Amino acid sequence: MNSPVSTLHGGHGGHEHGHDAGANTVLGFWIYLMSDCLIFAILFATFGVLSTSYAGGPSGRELFDLPYVAGETLLLLVSSFTFGVAMLSMQARRTDNVIILLLVTFLLGTGFIWMEVHEFAHLIAEGAGPDRSAFLSAYFVLVGTHGLHVTVGLLWLAVMMHQIARYGLDGIVRRRLSCLSLFWHFLDLVWICVFTFVYLRGVL
Amino acid sequence: MLGKLTLDAIPWHEPIIMGTGAVVALGGAAMLAALTWFRLWGPLWKNWITSVDHKKIGVMYIVLALVMLLRGFADAIMMRGQQALAANDGAGFLPPHHYDQIFTAHGVIMIFFVATPFVLGLMNVIVPLQIGARDVAYPFVNSLSFWLSAFGAVLVMASMWIGDFAATGWVAYPPLSELGYSPTVGMDYYIWSLQISGLGTTLTGINFIVTILRMRAPGMGLMKMPVFTWTALITNILIVAVFPVLTATLALLTADRYLGMHFFTNELGGNAMMYINLIWVWGHPEVYILILPAFGAFSEIIATFSGKPLFGYKSMVYATSSIGVLSFFVWLHHFFTMGSGANVNAFFGIMTSIISIPTGVKLFNWLFTMFRGRIRYHSSVLWTVGFMVTFAVGGMTGVLLAVPGADFVLHNSLFLVAHFHNVIIGGVIFGCLAGMSFWFPKVFGFTLNEFWGKVAFWCWLVGYWLAFTPLYILGFKGMTRRMNHYDHPDWHPYLIVALVGAVIIGMGILAIGIQLYVSIRDRDQNRDLTGDPWDARSLEWATASPAPFYNFAVLPEITSLEQHWDDKEHGRHFVQPTRYEDIHMPKNTGTGFIISAFGFVMCFALVWHMWAIAAAGLLGVIGTFLFRAYDRDVDYWVPAAEVQAIERRRTDMIRKAA
Amino acid sequence: MHDGGHDAAHGSLTSYAVGFLLSLLLTAGSFGAVMSGAVPHAMILPAIVVLAVTQLLVQLILFLHLGSAPDQRSNTVIFLLTGMLIVIIVAGSLWVMHNANVNMMPMQMSVERALAKN
Repeated sequence: MNSPVSTLHGGHGGHEHGHDAGANTVLGFWIYLMSDCLIFAILFATFGVLSTSYAGGPSGRELFDLPYVAGETLLLLVSSFTFGVAMLSMQARRTDNVIILLLVTFLLGTGFIWMEVHEFAHLIAEGAGPDRSAFLSAYFVLVGTHGLHVTVGLLWLAVMMHQIARYGLDGIVRRRLSCLSLFWHFLDLVWICVFTFVYLRGVL
Repeated sequence: MLGKLTLDAIPWHEPIIMGTGAVVALGGAAMLAALTWFRLWGPLWKNWITSVDHKKIGVMYIVLALVMLLRGFADAIMMRGQQALAANDGAGFLPPHHYDQIFTAHGVIMIFFVATPFVLGLMNVIVPLQIGARDVAYPFVNSLSFWLSAFGAVLVMASMWIGDFAATGWVAYPPLSELGYSPTVGMDYYIWSLQISGLGTTLTGINFIVTILRMRAPGMGLMKMPVFTWTALITNILIVAVFPVLTATLALLTADRYLGMHFFTNELGGNAMMYINLIWVWGHPEVYILILPAFGAFSEIIATFSGKPLFGYKSMVYATSSIGVLSFFVWLHHFFTMGSGANVNAFFGIMTSIISIPTGVKLFNWLFTMFRGRIRYHSSVLWTVGFMVTFAVGGMTGVLLAVPGADFVLHNSLFLVAHFHNVIIGGVIFGCLAGMSFWFPKVFGFTLNEFWGKVAFWCWLVGYWLAFTPLYILGFKGMTRRMNHYDHPDWHPYLIVALVGAVIIGMGILAIGIQLYVSIRDRDQNRDLTGDPWDARSLEWATASPAPFYNFAVLPEITSLEQHWDDKEHGRHFVQPTRYEDIHMPKNTGTGFIISAFGFVMCFALVWHMWAIAAAGLLGVIGTFLFRAYDRDVDYWVPAAEVQAIERRRTDMIRKAA
Repeated sequence: MHDGGHDAAHGSLTSYAVGFLLSLLLTAGSFGAVMSGAVPHAMILPAIVVLAVTQLLVQLILFLHLGSAPDQRSNTVIFLLTGMLIVIIVAGSLWVMHNANVNMMPMQMSVERALAKN
């Protein structure tokens, strides 16, 4: 080996922890998010293959309530915006603002989940549950997986709000908020595909 | 509370299983007693179970692989025994339902719990050392990944004595794998053990991509990375790309089995072909995930023992990358016969033939590396040459199968079985065993006994050819796979030869065991004092053997493709640094183990429909993960003085060797 | 610990607001196209696909900050590679399954087609 690299702090190429660790975490999280994208892609492909397998049961046109879905879409979209603004506040280190905006995001997300659970319960009560046909299985799993992700996001939001209150906006908390923001925006991206290819296309 | 679980789940009336169980129980009890007697629980927990050190984790992966090899091989020898006995429609000794579980378990275990952990283990041990890093990007996640895989293996093993296993073949096609035709818990064991270990593998993929892309030593551009690291990079990209497909597909099957849905059922609109399509979208890249690191190991070995740089480094990189890309365009060749029609078959058949080309490039590069080299016939070189001959044949039978017309005759025959064992044994297993011989001293500080290594090699080589050449012939004669019994008398002699071959492979496995015992017994005579017992070429050989926990006292500056070799040429190797610094290291933690243990509880409970316990397991997973999220005491600094002391001891050893 | 400014200034209130408003408009466009009856039936599906892709791009660029800026380049490249992979797997699967369905589930085949195949 040749002469040592003597710098400890700073200096680029530094592969110590700390200096590049934040960026490495976000990169790894992004790659995880891409793998999650693939899971959704498989669920979409499956939905595509099974989208007309009604087995004599109800189809999208009979089941989907578009104004209701528009409401869900609005909640999620606004929550994506509020999270974005929360990130701006984080960069400005305005701790109170961050918590408030995250709380608003949390409430909007909870509203979305509540609407979705209500919709699912209604369908099941009508005999249009996921066991009725392959089409409905694919619908429930695709939309439901998205909903599960949002729920995990809500839990994560709650934890982050607590961690901000406890530790302030230090490096570790900011890094985790960056990951959560990627996650939250990503969920809205998936929802665009859901409302387009499941709901809107489903009623055509 | 206990769902479907009752005492009847234990197969009291199956003598083979109960007999094995007794042996395992006794052996296990003896091991636990020894651990207690020698007071090893503390060190086991402190130094291994809670370790986040990639070198330790890699060793544990390989230990898992070797242990599961014994189980997978036991399944194999039982199958060979059954088929050798069950001529003339005889019953053999394994009733069909039991036999079906054996061939299923054999496949699942060999792919998921032998080959995969072995390959992950080698990458774990070597990649950070080869790129001049202190550890992987996410050491805690690395530990979590290992324990998830380990508990997946425990789940499969549990199925032998509590309940049963899937009887569907290792890819578990519906509708056979649906509740209607697989009503027992065996299929659920399959699902959950693959999901829990698959999660671990996916996390490893993410971990290593970031490690390789972001943690190389200064000066090591991508085209200065050792070839094994390149193959590791492509492998981990493949892992992240396709394991989500497995996760999603198994989840859909789970939805059918647990929630009454209809993705792949016969009734109410399900489409079983979609499962087959998706599972092979995963399944084909999976086999490249297994073989590419083996290729990487062979590259390192052949260059070292030929005393020459690897021929055609650039073309090796491009060939490996091409194989990675092309592996996404061939998956349908696993089901040519299932009705997609001529156009689809033609496309995938052509793509499959094309993918053999970059592999051919690699083979020629290895040959040209040997050409005009001064070859030392270490056992790892024997494995390499054995691989080149064996794998070439396997590749060729693959290209034959790639022709849809030929495949219509040979699909699901023993010809297919011989082909994939040809490439997996000749490629993956030979590569893993070669890598183990090659890198063992780096990990443990002493070399393996060469005599027994060579015995192992010859047994495996002769055993493999004896076991599987008859299967190629039987495939042409029309024998299908997974047959419990048959009534063609002319098949019988071939199956007897195959059994003999399997026994010889068993002797090879025994030889590996003996090799380990003898090597450990004689370790003081075979110490690797310099860290470079083979006069090798890449960076991992610049460290001590075993490497210190921090890998490099000072991160190296890279100016060459073969940094260590160049340093030796210029007399710059083993130079003591002039200055030492404090080193930042992650702390050991039991969290990975505990999360995985809760995950195991959840999965076991799900298998048996013990919903409350499953929920508790899930809460345990989430709770422990949150506990980790609030843990701020996860790293520490190693004082420069301690680093210096460790390095001084190494310099003393090098002087002793000289 | 290292508390350096690692969150480079990504976005601004303007860019988030623009992204939000555009998304709102595009969403309204999609729902409107389907619910209002103003768009000819054959054009509805292409229209909502285009609107969806546009909104995806809007949010990728304005919310997720994908682009060619040096610190975002690797994320963008990884995303594009994932996108290509998704296209291969999804398109490939739909192609394979369509052919399998046509060949192997004759209920979906008209009588003329079945006769023509012989």
